[in-house]
Amino acid sequence: MSRIGVFVCHCGENISATVNCEKVAKVTGELKGVEFSTDYKYMCSDPGQTLLKEAIKEHKLDGVVVAACSPRMHEPTFRKACAEAGLNPFLCEMSNIREHCSWVHPKDDLTTEKAQDLVRVMVEKVKKNKALNSIKVPVTKTALVIGGGIAGIQAALDIANCGHKVIMVERLPSIGGHMSQLSETFPTLDCSQCILTPRMVEVAQHPNITLHTYSEVESVDGFIGNFTVKIRKKSKSLDEHLCTGCGLCTTKCPQKKIPNEFERGLGMRPAIYVPFPQAVPNKPVIDREHCTYYIKGKCKVCEIVCPTKAIRFDQEDEVIDVAVGAIVMATGFDVLKTDYFPEYGYGKYADVIDGLAFERLASASGPTQGEIRRPSDGQIPKKIVFVACAGSRDPAKGIEYCSKICCMYTAKHAMLYKHKVHDGIPYVFYMDIRAGGKNYEEFVRRTIVDDETQYIRGRVSTIYEKNGKLIVKGADTLMGAQPVEIEADMVVLATAGVANHGAEELAQTVHISYDPYKFFAEAHPKLKPVETNTAGIFLAGACQAPKDIPESVAAASGAAVKVAALFSNDELTRDPLVAVVNRSAPPVYSQCVGCFLCQSVCPYQAIEREEIKNRNGEVIKTLARVNEGLCQGCGTCVALCRTKAIDIHGYSNQQVYTEIMALLND
Amino acid sequence: MIKVGFYPGCSMKGGAQEYQESVSALAKVFDIELVEVPDWNCCGATAAHNMNKELSLSLPARIMALAEKEGITDIVVPCAACYNRLSLVKHELAEDPSLSSKVASIIDLKYEGTTQILNIIQFIDKYITDRLEEKVVKPFDYKSACYYGCLLVRPHSILKFDRVEDPQSMDVLVKKAGGNAIDWAFKTECCGAGMSVSRTDTVARLSGNIMKDAVDRDAEVVVVACPMCHSNLDMRRPEINKFLDKKIDIPILYISQVLGLAVGIDAKTLGLNRHMTEVNLPVRPAKEPAIAAVPEKEVITQKTEA
Repeated sequence: MSRIGVFVCHCGENISATVNCEKVAKVTGELKGVEFSTDYKYMCSDPGQTLLKEAIKEHKLDGVVVAACSPRMHEPTFRKACAEAGLNPFLCEMSNIREHCSWVHPKDDLTTEKAQDLVRVMVEKVKKNKALNSIKVPVTKTALVIGGGIAGIQAALDIANCGHKVIMVERLPSIGGHMSQLSETFPTLDCSQCILTPRMVEVAQHPNITLHTYSEVESVDGFIGNFTVKIRKKSKSLDEHLCTGCGLCTTKCPQKKIPNEFERGLGMRPAIYVPFPQAVPNKPVIDREHCTYYIKGKCKVCEIVCPTKAIRFDQEDEVIDVAVGAIVMATGFDVLKTDYFPEYGYGKYADVIDGLAFERLASASGPTQGEIRRPSDGQIPKKIVFVACAGSRDPAKGIEYCSKICCMYTAKHAMLYKHKVHDGIPYVFYMDIRAGGKNYEEFVRRTIVDDETQYIRGRVSTIYEKNGKLIVKGADTLMGAQPVEIEADMVVLATAGVANHGAEELAQTVHISYDPYKFFAEAHPKLKPVETNTAGIFLAGACQAPKDIPESVAAASGAAVKVAALFSNDELTRDPLVAVVNRSAPPVYSQCVGCFLCQSVCPYQAIEREEIKNRNGEVIKTLARVNEGLCQGCGTCVALCRTKAIDIHGYSNQQVYTEIMALLND
Repeated sequence: MIKVGFYPGCSMKGGAQEYQESVSALAKVFDIELVEVPDWNCCGATAAHNMNKELSLSLPARIMALAEKEGITDIVVPCAACYNRLSLVKHELAEDPSLSSKVASIIDLKYEGTTQILNIIQFIDKYITDRLEEKVVKPFDYKSACYYGCLLVRPHSILKFDRVEDPQSMDVLVKKAGGNAIDWAFKTECCGAGMSVSRTDTVARLSGNIMKDAVDRDAEVVVVACPMCHSNLDMRRPEINKFLDKKIDIPILYISQVLGLAVGIDAKTLGLNRHMTEVNLPVRPAKEPAIAAVPEKEVITQKTEA
């Protein structure tokens, strides 16, 4: 016979305004197996918890039902209180009579009856609850950071400075990300390179950080605290230990006409190249797709001129295995491709460029040494039209979200242009000015007032070239949608920030979820912004959604703290609410017949094969086994198991049926 | 002989007779028989959907219902306005079954919404494009400004045809016919369509801007796929020239005429003589001799009630 205690909470007036809590306590107190019942104004308060603990001891309770709010809110609170009173915490359950009852129904007898039903159901469940122990798993105290932009750099440095090892993987030949392409940063006009490059160098020199550039993650196995990661180190065609980074090869390479990705195609680079002068590591790679030797079989000029004989044409990709305990995703974003804007002539007219290209034009290290010159003929443009929301907030382009950073960088572009070309006229077509952030609105005001930028609220319908000018047609919606036509010398499109190319494949490789736009999904939009739904994998920066630098850095530090907290334990404990394959005595061993349907549907790769051997070492049966470290308790395997061999601790089939029967047998 | 349904609408029988003639002639060259929807009626364009919702749905629905009854699966609708009305009504009725049954009771015909509505370019792409290049005997070697207008590509969410702001489908066809489709800026700008009669000054201004950009970019011909675009750019040329204070004399051809010329159909069969602005394309030496003209004959079979 059970000795269950029922504790009904008033939650101030949140519950008691519509539910007669005293009556709920009284009626449920008479249920079979209920030893004690009471109600209290705030069960979660200190006196409320004391009441619970005293009752457990006094009445020797072997199960507890707290009828209050959602278990997401206070289940941990009450389970902890039970543990303190000597009761196994998993014998405590919550009955949600607030969100599921008092908040959604009027004050009525029926409402009280529903609350009684909800409590009764949970009492029946608790009768079937078993005492469970938390699961312990060991932790490998090395973090993997995927992506070497500002978010990855920040996360890596923060984790490394906590004394933990970090492995950083970057797809490109250099770390630095988009931030290294930027000219100046809003709202302070700090030089982007000047604040970034010291941190890039710090990453390279940090004793706790191992850097793999020109590398990609191929596979991720394992679980929180114990991941195994395969990293493909693409061949740089170079012995990095011999190379001194003198750069002679890059100046002598005869192939010089490859559009420079870093300069957004506004400059050219050779086939053996360092992406930009401040690159880390400052050693070249050979772009085999464009290298004359790899195309035609001869050239080898770089090999001839290299003073240390570091060039390796036959070098192959190397795949390495690393063991890590946590992963930080910091793969950043991309900008929308040209195909989206046929009406704006992007890709067709040389002088219609995107925001990143303008950053390069305005950058002192860019193709024009910081002078604003238009790409077509090198003239200084006297009129520039900036088009905000080029793709963003536009369901017709398939992007309904706000890219968030464009309002600010467009204001910055207009300001930089005005600072460099005093007689130039910047126009900005905008939908709304979204300048939420410290000193952001003031910055935009300066652009409009001090730098005399013409802000026009409306959208651009079309842009076409005529007599060397770009004709920008739009509407001024603050003037009754009056048509506006501007003869511009150059147009800058604030193209939407989108998920980086390959984001979807990477998410599938590391087993994390992503949204319809292929941005990685956080575990909770408010309270778990840097966690993913996969334990031990965290998010930093714009791989999650468009973010500016301060936000990316904040998220990266947040992710780093989560990793450091994880690494502060030698072992991890987690709730044991996981699936389990039943076992029994020989010769049956288990109801499991080894069909492994469960393995194919498990979203967390938590189902393993277990071989049962006889004394001669011969396999006599193969069973499914749940890896407790990986299992998230979703229950998909339970639903699919043909022989009902799998169940979930805390939510067994029997418990769920009991709950349903309790309702039906009213 | 492939049989494809055909809905002419009012313009093919009137002001745009040459459009029908050229579509028919082109179809014949490619062994396609156009079967006119029996007892067809007005699509209701411009007037009905401004006046009466049920009427605007019922008129196109009746056309499609008649086609279904006849067992027609694809209807070619060369007029862009008719194409637009039929497509939009088909969409609206598919979205709302109760509206669909209401309309069916109004027209007193069974309506399933199973017919495919094809504009002229979709028709060509589905039935002709594959065989087009092999049939070209007289490449249409002219700088052509392909003008799509508004109704062919909008609303994109329903029609799902071509790139809405910078359509390419006609350019592709002109190139296959040996032509040089130029890049220009007014492909989908408004020609003033419905104001052709009531506000010729507005038409002169809007169509004038279109023509000016075309000739500024050295176009020798403007290619269209809509009788209203055609009438504004062609018939209103005196007003356009007066507005621009300039004499523009390049012709406006239907895409069916361009392809017709390329596959060797003679000018008269294609109805080139019916245009207001004289079609006076400079003679380019043909790479091969043109094939004999298709005999002048009504190629559309008018189905009569049995």
